[in-house]
Amino acid sequence: MTGRLRWAVLDSWTMVERNVILWLRVPAYIMFTIVQPLMFMVLFKYVFGGAIAVGTKGGYVDFLMPGVIGQTAAFTSFSTAIALAKEIQQGSIDRFRSMPMARSAVLVGRLGADLLRLLLTIAVLLLVGYAVGFRFHNGLGPAVLMVILALAIGLGMATISAFTGLAIKDEESVQAFGLIWVFPLTFVSAAFVPINTMPGWLQAFANNQPITIFIDELRNLAIGGPLWLHLWQSALWLLGIFIVFGTLAVRAYRRV
Amino acid sequence: MTEAAIVVEDLHKSFGSVQALRGIGFSVPRGTVLGVLGPNGAGKTTAVRILTTLLRPDRGRAFIEGHDVVAEADSVRPLIGLAGQSAAIQEELTGRENLEIVGRLYHLPRARARSRALELLDRFNLVDAGDRTARTYSGGMKRRLDLAASLVADPAVLFLDEPTTGLDPRSRIEMWGVIRDLVKGGTTLLLTTQYLDEADELADDIIVIDHGQVIASGTSDALKDQVGGDVLEFVVTDPARRADAMAAVTPLSESRPVLDDNTGQVSVRIGRRGSDALIEGVRRLDQEKIEVRGLALHRPSLDDVFLALTGHAAEEVE
Repeated sequence: MTGRLRWAVLDSWTMVERNVILWLRVPAYIMFTIVQPLMFMVLFKYVFGGAIAVGTKGGYVDFLMPGVIGQTAAFTSFSTAIALAKEIQQGSIDRFRSMPMARSAVLVGRLGADLLRLLLTIAVLLLVGYAVGFRFHNGLGPAVLMVILALAIGLGMATISAFTGLAIKDEESVQAFGLIWVFPLTFVSAAFVPINTMPGWLQAFANNQPITIFIDELRNLAIGGPLWLHLWQSALWLLGIFIVFGTLAVRAYRRV
Repeated sequence: MTEAAIVVEDLHKSFGSVQALRGIGFSVPRGTVLGVLGPNGAGKTTAVRILTTLLRPDRGRAFIEGHDVVAEADSVRPLIGLAGQSAAIQEELTGRENLEIVGRLYHLPRARARSRALELLDRFNLVDAGDRTARTYSGGMKRRLDLAASLVADPAVLFLDEPTTGLDPRSRIEMWGVIRDLVKGGTTLLLTTQYLDEADELADDIIVIDHGQVIASGTSDALKDQVGGDVLEFVVTDPARRADAMAAVTPLSESRPVLDDNTGQVSVRIGRRGSDALIEGVRRLDQEKIEVRGLALHRPSLDDVFLALTGHAAEEVE
């Protein structure tokens, strides 16, 4: 059993390495993962920022930063689904499944590489954020915890996305479907604007959906606020997502 | 050992209301090539996916080197190689990287994965392209790289699912050469194809699949005999002499010669009498002073076999 576990780890690592090399070779991927979050950052800060009043410490830039990080974590999932659907279409997954490698490695390798990519994007965002005036107000510990939570959010969203990619199997359909579920969740949330500026019927949704809970917690960790309530809620949401969509993704992988 | 490398017994598989396989069975002796021939949608790929542990059959069993593909999938996987219809390679990686990663996933030590990749690049004539990304490869090169990837662990049984579909004629012939060399090394090969000349060219035995069932099996020659052997063909240049030509060659065959009214082409079934019948036919036409062109002895192609067996042409897509 330990032999099996060892292979599962090694095979997953081989897949992570492969996926990272793939990513580095395609300039468009690099654009998408690094430039796009920066674009949102600049767009919201300088274009919409002047019109958005927030009551939080540090003004709009400090409100915005955790929002963009949460949104970036959610958007990472696009490429998870697309990459898996592409691998099904080109027959790679058939080859992997006919080989004596660990069954889990394709999925773990995909999520692992996507997580590394997200970590890089967050680092770039924080650097640029500092340059345009963002500051952590809560000390180093919560700042580190914020990054860890952002990674966990990214992993959760990517797990959902992995399931959609493996179940839908068609690259273009997957891409279209990704927009349908990720966009509303991300924008109808506390990511960019205070929810109390939305119409009442929308507030009901925005207040109770997980992305808002995640982003509230990221924000509280970054600039201060009640930590525990949203931390618990976030942890429970993420746990539920991993259990439900992790199981679904593994089952979909077996049936590809 | 006389045991067969692949044994298939009564496999059934349905997808919803579509019955992809309706009880196929066959066996492949070790070191031989089986050509699985059939049109699109006949069930060829479904059969390959079951044999390579990717899909479970609804009913029936299959064994690779004595191991059950469902119950002992873990024992089957190290023994097989699969190259599918699409080249399952990563275009963003170089040829060498593609092969190295497959080697590492087969749990070869890193150094061995590297040397194995170089061996295979050399064998498939890809050394010069080995450090370029596969995106820059031609269709034929991609297929060769994909085939190389299926051979990294030196499998005893190899499955090639339509290895030349979509390739240009030159690359096809090249691929045939590569596959022939491979089989010389003693690998058992199951090859699916919808190209009749490909099965004819590469396979020791052929099974013909249509609508999920085996409708014929045997050697290429045996299948050809089923449709009545050789055909003598020629075109009568002078339309006025067509009837005379028909009369002249009628004694050559037990069945009546066939005349195509549009082209003036006459076809005579001459069974296995081959060149004797050809010489006699020429003599008789010459005696009657009938001018002909395009005189040829036509061995029935597997196309003819398919048409005779199924009533529809092989390339017909459902």
